[in-house]
Order: sequence, then structure tokens, then C-alpha cells
Amino acid sequence: MDKIFDVMILGAGAAGLTAGIYTSRGKLDTLILSEGVTGGQMVLTNEIANYPGVETIKGYELSAIMKRQAKNFGCTMKANVKISKYRLSDEVKSVELEDGRVFRAKAVILAPGGRPRSLDIPGEKEFEGRGISYCATCDADFFRDKRLVVVGGGNSALEEAVTLTHFASHVTIVHQFDHFQAFAHAVEEAEKNPKISFIMESELRAYIGGEQLEKVRIENLKTGEMRELDTDGVFVFIGYQPNTEAFNGLVEINERGEFPVDQAMKTNIPGVFAAGDCIAKRYRQVTTSVSDGTIAALSAIEYIRTGK
Amino acid sequence: MNYLRTNIQEIETADELQKIINENENVMVCCGRMGPMCIPVYEIMEELEEEYENVKFYSMGFDNPESVVIRSAPECRGFMGLPFTMYYKNGQVAKATTSIQNMTQVKENLDNHLA
Repeated sequence: MDKIFDVMILGAGAAGLTAGIYTSRGKLDTLILSEGVTGGQMVLTNEIANYPGVETIKGYELSAIMKRQAKNFGCTMKANVKISKYRLSDEVKSVELEDGRVFRAKAVILAPGGRPRSLDIPGEKEFEGRGISYCATCDADFFRDKRLVVVGGGNSALEEAVTLTHFASHVTIVHQFDHFQAFAHAVEEAEKNPKISFIMESELRAYIGGEQLEKVRIENLKTGEMRELDTDGVFVFIGYQPNTEAFNGLVEINERGEFPVDQAMKTNIPGVFAAGDCIAKRYRQVTTSVSDGTIAALSAIEYIRTGK
Repeated sequence: MNYLRTNIQEIETADELQKIINENENVMVCCGRMGPMCIPVYEIMEELEEEYENVKFYSMGFDNPESVVIRSAPECRGFMGLPFTMYYKNGQVAKATTSIQNMTQVKENLDNHLA
């Protein structure tokens, strides 16, 4: 319990694993703690075709390689832990797990990533896996010749809606605005698909059913009118939210729930760095997370060696 | 033939599954693919193997025709999310879950149904 690591990395997605590769290769005693799955959102990606140097690779395979690299350089890794307490402003930072174990380090890199946004409406918990899905790749074939609703208006929503028409008899896209945020070509693909229809300026208000999802309640945001729509499934693609709630009051967080960092990935707390989808930035790609993780690791190495 | 690439031992046939649940008091089987909802459950099982010495942990490929015994189990009726995770006690299904599960949920099922 008295051991003090040089660096503790909280999160094991692309940013966290990259940071771990760099700090452990830099001979710093490194611990990676992850509350979720190793690989983070990389494992959500079926095939990655734009990671330079690798023509195509499954997300879970890239993640497994990064994990192996980090371990081979000497990282200690613990996944699926539950952290109950953080002390980040002390000179020696510490976290306490729910099971009482305490880990300490001289510097911390926050890389908690993000998660798919859910609607947080009645029926959500009851029908997850019984009609509600966040992954077309995983669950589309349960909906052969069935009616589906897709929620969202970005690239993922429109592209996945088109994919889902290969399985479903009909797909209704429900979107809160009167226009889409997706790229024009994705909108065009969806609009010309005869199996897709649109309900604009509307939001889901409830999931309804018995053993399985049977319908959704939809509110027209312009008129306030409520209607029910029969459906066998709902796929939700409304973006991601940073996993930063646990750090409220400990580290500066902006109105979008992101950590503002400088070019060295420093947060407002000395010795605490952040990297990946949790930081304030425009583009969220595996490559950008890898870049953030590299910078955070190099900055942490410098902090430990110079105190700056 | 293996359908999965995990560190959990994969069951290949329905007969093998039957033999395992007949010969072991507590068995957890995650039936899935190498997808984002399934991989976290395999990783959780890997982490729990040491802690739950009284439970045998296995995987089975959802696309393996032999896994029809899980896919068509009455306990999985209405399931529309991968993976299908089965908890067997004394050869009987004690609990079945659909879609991704976190560490807390898996531990609750192990503690409540395979204690």
C-alpha cells in the first residue's frame, strides 16, 4: 500500500494505453487503472481503415496490440475496477477503489474517454437488449424484416440507418432539429433510400412494451403534440459524452463536460494531465487520442523529472 | 472450430456444453461475437476467474450452429442484444442475461445465482 507509482493513468482506451506505452518505455513505474473495458471505444469500432501504417484492423485487435505493448514495457494494468475516491491536488496523488485498495502516484493522466449518449427516458433500462441498441454491427440481424427507429442526425445515425435497411423492413429516423448535422453525402444516401422515412423536430419521450419493446412515444417539439409509433427496435446514435462526472470539483471541467487542457495536455491541477476523448477538442479519432496520450505522457515525464 | 479470440476457453459443441454443465456445479457461459457489447464481458470473466474459483468460465460463438442450444433456450426468449450470458447451477439455467453487462452486474449474478 505504501508503494508510490511514478504515473497513474486513469483509463485504458487509445489515449491511456498510448500514454502507458510512452511512460513505461521511459522507465517510469506506471499503473493503468480502468473502470471500463481495455481499449475503450476502439472496441466499438468494427474495422479501422485509417490508422496510418495499418491497412485495416479490427478495433479489438488494435486495442489488444496496444495493451500488449504497454504490458511488455512494464505497465501494471487493472481493468474493470470501481474507483470511489480521488485525491488529485496533493503532491502525491491517490485513488481509492471501492474494495478499499489505495493507489498512489506522483503524476496522473486522466483518460476516462467517453460513452454513447443515451436518452434517459422511461423504459430505457427495461428494454436495453430487448429492443434498444447502441450498436448496429452487433444487433442488426435480430431485426430482420422488422420496423426500426433510429434516433439522431449525425453521420453515425444516418450511415447506420442505411446499414440497418439491409436487415429491417423499414427505418424511421427521429431527429430533434429540422436539419441534419451529418455530411451531405450521408444525408443524400439516407434520403434516397426508399426504406427510410423521417420524423423531424421531434424527440422520444418513452419506450413502451411488454416483454419486448413494442412502441415509442414521440413529442413534436414544435407543436408539443405526442404520438405513439409502433416499432420493434430503436437504435440510438446521439453522440458521446465524456466520462468526467467523477472529477467534478476536482479538476476544471467546461460546460460540455470536457477537461480544458493546454498544448502540453496539462489540466489546471499541477501534475494532472488529460488526454483523449475527455478533453476539449473538435475531432475525436483513434489517431487524435494516440497523439494526446503521447503528449500527456511526455509532459508527465518532464513533470516528474523537473517538477514542471 | 473456434469462432472467438479471447482468453476464455471456448466451447465448440452442444455436447461439450452439456458435459461441462453436468460435471460442474457452477458454470458461466458467454455466447457472443468479437463485438463491442461482448468483448467487455469476456474481459470481466477473465478478471474474475481467479476470484471465483468455484465457477467455471467459458465462451461460445454466437455464429457457431452448435450454440443454438443457448440461442433457443426458453430463458433467452425476447433477447435481442449480444451477448447472451448463461449462468448454470447443477446443470440448470439459474440466470440468463442479454447485451453488455458491467463488472457489478456480473458479480451480482455470480453471487446471487452461483454462490
